Amino acid sequence: FGAEFRRFSLDRHKPGKFEDFYQLVVHTHHISNTDVTIGYADVHGDLLPINNDDNFCKAVSSANPLLRVFIQKREEADHYSFGAGTLSRKKRVLVTLRDEGLRRRAHLDIGMPHDFRPVSSIIDVDILPETHRRVRLYRHGCEKPLGFYIRDGTSVRVTPQGLEKVPGIFISRMVPGGLAESTGLLAVNDEVLEVNGIEVAGKTLDQVTDMMIANSHNLIVTVKPANQRNNVVRSSRTSGSSGQSTDSTASHHSLQAAHVLQNFHLEEMESDEEADIVIEGALESQHVPKAQGLVRANGAGLAHSLQRDLGLHNSGRESNGSIHKLLSSLKPDPRHTLVLPQGGVEEHGPAVTL
Amino acid sequence: MRRFLRPGHDPARERLKRDLFQFNKTVEHGFPHQPSALGYSPSLRILAIGTRSGAVKLYGAPGVEFMGLHQENNAVTQIHFLPGQCQLVTLLDDNSLHLWSLKVKGGVSELQEEETYTLRGPPGAPPSATQITVVLPHSSGELLYLGTESGSVFVVQLPSFHVLDNRTISSDTVLQWLPEEARNRRVFEMVEALQEHPRDPNQILIGYSRGLVVIWDLQASRVRYHFLCSQQLENVTWQRDGRLIVTCHSDGSYCQWPVSSDAQQSEPLRSSVPYGPFPCKAITKIFWLTTRQGLPFTIFQGGMPRASYGDRHCISVLRDGQQTAFDFTSRVIDFAVLSEAEPAAAFDDPYALVVLAEEELVVIDLQTAGWPPVQPPYLASLHCSAITCSHHVSNIPLKLWERVIAAGSRQNAHFSTMDWPIDGGTSLAPPPPQRDLLLTGHEDGTVRFWDASGVCLRLLYKLSTVRVFLTDADPNESLNAQGEDEWPPLRKVGSFDPYSDDPRLGIQKIFLCKYSGYLAVAGTAGQVLVLELNDEAAEHAVEQVEADLLQDQEGYRWKGHERLAARPGPVHFEPGFQPFVLVQCQPPAVVTSLALHSEWRLVAFGTSHGFGLFDHQQRRQVFVKCTLHPSDQLALEGPLSRVKSLKKSLRQSFRRMRRSRVSSRKRRPAGPPGEMQAASTKAERTGLQNMELAPVQRKIEARSAEDSFTGFVRTLYFADTYLRDSSRHCPSLWAGTNGGTVYAFSLRVPPAERRMDEPVRAEQAKEIQLMHRAPVVGILVLDGRSVPLPEPLEVAHDLSKSPDMQGSHQLLVVSEEQFKVFTLPKVSAKLKLKLTALEGSRVRRVGVAHFGSSRAEDYWEHHLAVLTNLGDIQVVSLPLLKPQVRYSCIRREDVSGIASCVFTKYGQGFYLISPSEFERFSLSTKWLVEPRCLVDSVKPKNHSRPSHGNGTGMGPERASGQARNTGSQNDGEEKKAGPVMEHALLNDERVLKEIQSTLEGGRGSCGNWHPHRVAVGYRLSNGEAE
Repeated sequence: FGAEFRRFSLDRHKPGKFEDFYQLVVHTHHISNTDVTIGYADVHGDLLPINNDDNFCKAVSSANPLLRVFIQKREEADHYSFGAGTLSRKKRVLVTLRDEGLRRRAHLDIGMPHDFRPVSSIIDVDILPETHRRVRLYRHGCEKPLGFYIRDGTSVRVTPQGLEKVPGIFISRMVPGGLAESTGLLAVNDEVLEVNGIEVAGKTLDQVTDMMIANSHNLIVTVKPANQRNNVVRSSRTSGSSGQSTDSTASHHSLQAAHVLQNFHLEEMESDEEADIVIEGALESQHVPKAQGLVRANGAGLAHSLQRDLGLHNSGRESNGSIHKLLSSLKPDPRHTLVLPQGGVEEHGPAVTL
Repeated sequence: MRRFLRPGHDPARERLKRDLFQFNKTVEHGFPHQPSALGYSPSLRILAIGTRSGAVKLYGAPGVEFMGLHQENNAVTQIHFLPGQCQLVTLLDDNSLHLWSLKVKGGVSELQEEETYTLRGPPGAPPSATQITVVLPHSSGELLYLGTESGSVFVVQLPSFHVLDNRTISSDTVLQWLPEEARNRRVFEMVEALQEHPRDPNQILIGYSRGLVVIWDLQASRVRYHFLCSQQLENVTWQRDGRLIVTCHSDGSYCQWPVSSDAQQSEPLRSSVPYGPFPCKAITKIFWLTTRQGLPFTIFQGGMPRASYGDRHCISVLRDGQQTAFDFTSRVIDFAVLSEAEPAAAFDDPYALVVLAEEELVVIDLQTAGWPPVQPPYLASLHCSAITCSHHVSNIPLKLWERVIAAGSRQNAHFSTMDWPIDGGTSLAPPPPQRDLLLTGHEDGTVRFWDASGVCLRLLYKLSTVRVFLTDADPNESLNAQGEDEWPPLRKVGSFDPYSDDPRLGIQKIFLCKYSGYLAVAGTAGQVLVLELNDEAAEHAVEQVEADLLQDQEGYRWKGHERLAARPGPVHFEPGFQPFVLVQCQPPAVVTSLALHSEWRLVAFGTSHGFGLFDHQQRRQVFVKCTLHPSDQLALEGPLSRVKSLKKSLRQSFRRMRRSRVSSRKRRPAGPPGEMQAASTKAERTGLQNMELAPVQRKIEARSAEDSFTGFVRTLYFADTYLRDSSRHCPSLWAGTNGGTVYAFSLRVPPAERRMDEPVRAEQAKEIQLMHRAPVVGILVLDGRSVPLPEPLEVAHDLSKSPDMQGSHQLLVVSEEQFKVFTLPKVSAKLKLKLTALEGSRVRRVGVAHFGSSRAEDYWEHHLAVLTNLGDIQVVSLPLLKPQVRYSCIRREDVSGIASCVFTKYGQGFYLISPSEFERFSLSTKWLVEPRCLVDSVKPKNHSRPSHGNGTGMGPERASGQARNTGSQNDGEEKKAGPVMEHALLNDERVLKEIQSTLEGGRGSCGNWHPHRVAVGYRLSNGEAE
């Protein structure tokens, strides 16, 4: 919960069953009466869940030498996404907070998958034309290669002068077993329209290649799929304010959430501080980077604020409407909240959840 | 990120940007690539060179340059100046004629294309009827005689290009006037020669290829004389008085024919085969020039014995028993003899021979005994050995400048003392505001020092590093090794010599300290030489130190080239830069970065394996650091560069041979030219289509740490900054690698009095791994006022403000993909500008430049000048990293142009547009070096020519050509006026300053003409090795 730290040992070679471990954890912390979710920090600093024998084994084997285990209350953790970068990015805290508040209102309760991290997602479904698709590939911390090729080609556009052939960039080939293929969201002959929010029109193949590679740790490609039959069919959004969303196949965000997230994605590109590793002095190439400490601090702060947040939620559900108002008043200037330092987040937290 | 994309809306900033930045390609330095034609105007004293890409370049006195480009990018085959006028006619290989003229506009001359014309025959005539072989501009300046393949001579009126049909001299007309025996023997073939009588404008000489020469009377329209040669005719020349003609022939002979009596001779007065008796090649052009002293000069091209010297490119000069065959290393395109321009003068009195070879221009002094060459002030062959790197140093102190010139003048002793004979026009450009040096490193291990201050790029000094090493070639081999009684009397001339003894000698990196005269030079085989300027010749041994960059790494094997063997014992060095220490990197991989700190007496060097620091005062290695990644196989085994370059050089030499076999004839074979062209373009197009069938695709893959060549050291940088804590600053060395790692070492340099006693110590202080892992191309430290740290010794010489050591310093790391500012000493990221993620372009070169405002005299800013892989040039502001302006400069396909770019510290730059030419560009409104010159058409000397009244009859002006001198004025007239005024002001300022400084007797004048002493920027990039 960010409040208590315990250290105990496990046999590395015989980790045993998950159930036993769960019991052990619950017992050690004297919280046997609460439902908790257990997660661990992997080598990349990502928070991953422990909820079955397999991922428990994986967690133990990947620990070197310490396995950092995080324990959260279950109802809280359900809404909190596990996944890449969740620990190392403080800005995500805000995303999650808002996301959560809105989701409650929409009465939509889709938990995150429990034993894998996201590799891709479709985003901004509601603001793009139906013929387009914006796909986000999470390369970070994944062993698979991105694995696709692009080529030059021509596409037909409708212009005021009639149909016109224009040069375009297309996906030419997928590497079998690569990340792009495994998502199923990209296919050969899909036309690439944007890379991380920047239009590729007028750019050469080499420029687009360089753009994609430069953004490869967090690549967002907008494509016009060659096969338009698999597109998400969206209901008319006449009752936008109701937040009722039917695109459950594609996204778990409600309408407003998607809007908020959309803002955030743009900002995130700016703010995804790839923390360059700085090694002070001649540390004999000991690769225990300083960043690790930072991660721990972040994680603790995060859990802490989440917990506080949760408590307040329990007490004041009826005040959700005002929360929403508050949030929407914040929306126009998300950057303002983003540039706040760590301390600022904590100060801001109570204000949001009042 | 979005905010960077948005164009600035601040009107004040936009206005300021206009005052600071302006992009111009100002002048091309060096020798035109693939020249194809030569023209000379004796009255203007201006030389013209046409190229295969359709450019026409005019050169007069140093600084007088013009350039024009034909719209059709066809080769220029002939250039003729209209006698006594500022006009010239060019013939392209598509058989079109173009009239250019030099017009005065706003006080300066401009080259403009006036008219284009293609000769059309009567309907149904074969194309050869109008295929032009010879052009003769008549001395009246109003008529052009065009000899064609069919044997007809057309008369065209200028400047309208109106064909005077009734004056056409067809072969049938000529035939009527010939006696029976000539008529029977000859078929008329193409016109090979057209010459006007030197005294009588009413007579012209027509030479046909089968050997018939007639003198045609234009008034009477009849043949006055005819001569029948037994051999194929190549060319004809008149003697100055018109009493003798000399013909040259395809069998290597030339004949003299007197034109005195009406009695027709069937035999020449004298005939000779100068290089007989064995079969000889054709003499393609001949001059017969009389002198006051009596004996005439005979100058001819070719004629060498076919079997033994048939592959030589020679021009022979004969006079009074003296004979020399000047032997050129590349094909001779054409030549001209500079002689008395006054038509009424009794003798030719030739004084210079101008030879345009394929790779250089050679001028030979014919007045001095021995016929020595004259050193050209421009048109230098930059590529006499291939350029491997370049380095620019701005604002050279006068003292160093004079010492370099003094060292260079000793090397130029073999040149004639004659003044440059081509001196037409007047240069109006203000004298350059400062002295700039451009240093080029070459494949043969030489470094050439060029005066890059003005329009003319002049060779000052040549430094060879070959003497330090043992090579196969004998260093004492002189150019004139030929014996006395050698026949033919060949003499090698020119400097173009593309053959390198050993590719390992190639220079890869150069670093010159302009204050101390220390120079560091690094080469292909891991050799790093530190040199010192010495005004005396000296003989000493070069100390050799080995730097093992692999250190204790095990199991690595270098499969690349061997290191160069150093010459043991003392070596004799000429006055100039003399090496005193050689640091040999092990393994001997290409040196990829180099930095010299003359104040601390340290030199840092990096290869693909690591980097090291050397103390050249104590001649001791300070440390080495291996940057290799254990999985980096490629770097360990060597790039097999030697094999590759051998293959490449073989291929090149084959190509060269093939090119030289292609007939050097001026014309292409008769045939329908249009059809051939169509066929070739069609072939090209289908070729392109075939290429398109296989689509180009690119793999999208994230970079991983295991990519090869991550250890490749791209940049090295010395800085005195806060590396460890914010209270004490210390010397530091920064190194950036291809894998996005930055290493920082803190240095302890003992104070000057104990400099020799205590060792320099280094300790690794920081290591930064950029997450995006892109190659680091530049590192820079900004002081407390966000001004780049000054160069070493700059503050000591009182040429720069001392850096602000109060405020916090910032570190700027430029990778190929991002610019990033970190705070020091904590190294936390402060701001960044992503380039690749937004535009898909990558940084290729970066340099700090000082931009002065064109309006406010004392206003200046420091910014980064950036060249991307797309050939765009951008200016990025310091320290806020905001893109300011962007111009497209180089074609993105021009990889060698992009790789060769260097920035100066005042917002100019150079890049290679061909192996032999640098294009100079300017980003600054204030610093603009471009030719501004005036050519006078009315020369008082040319009184005898009745041709000046012609200027009024100009046709409608049609400036279809793009002239270089007009190019920079496209932005409007008032803009032009700005810099002119500016220059004038600056110029006065400079003069004042200099006068002042001489009065004071101080050393301070050192080119610091700027009234405000400012910190000049650093050049950041060491760039990548090719």
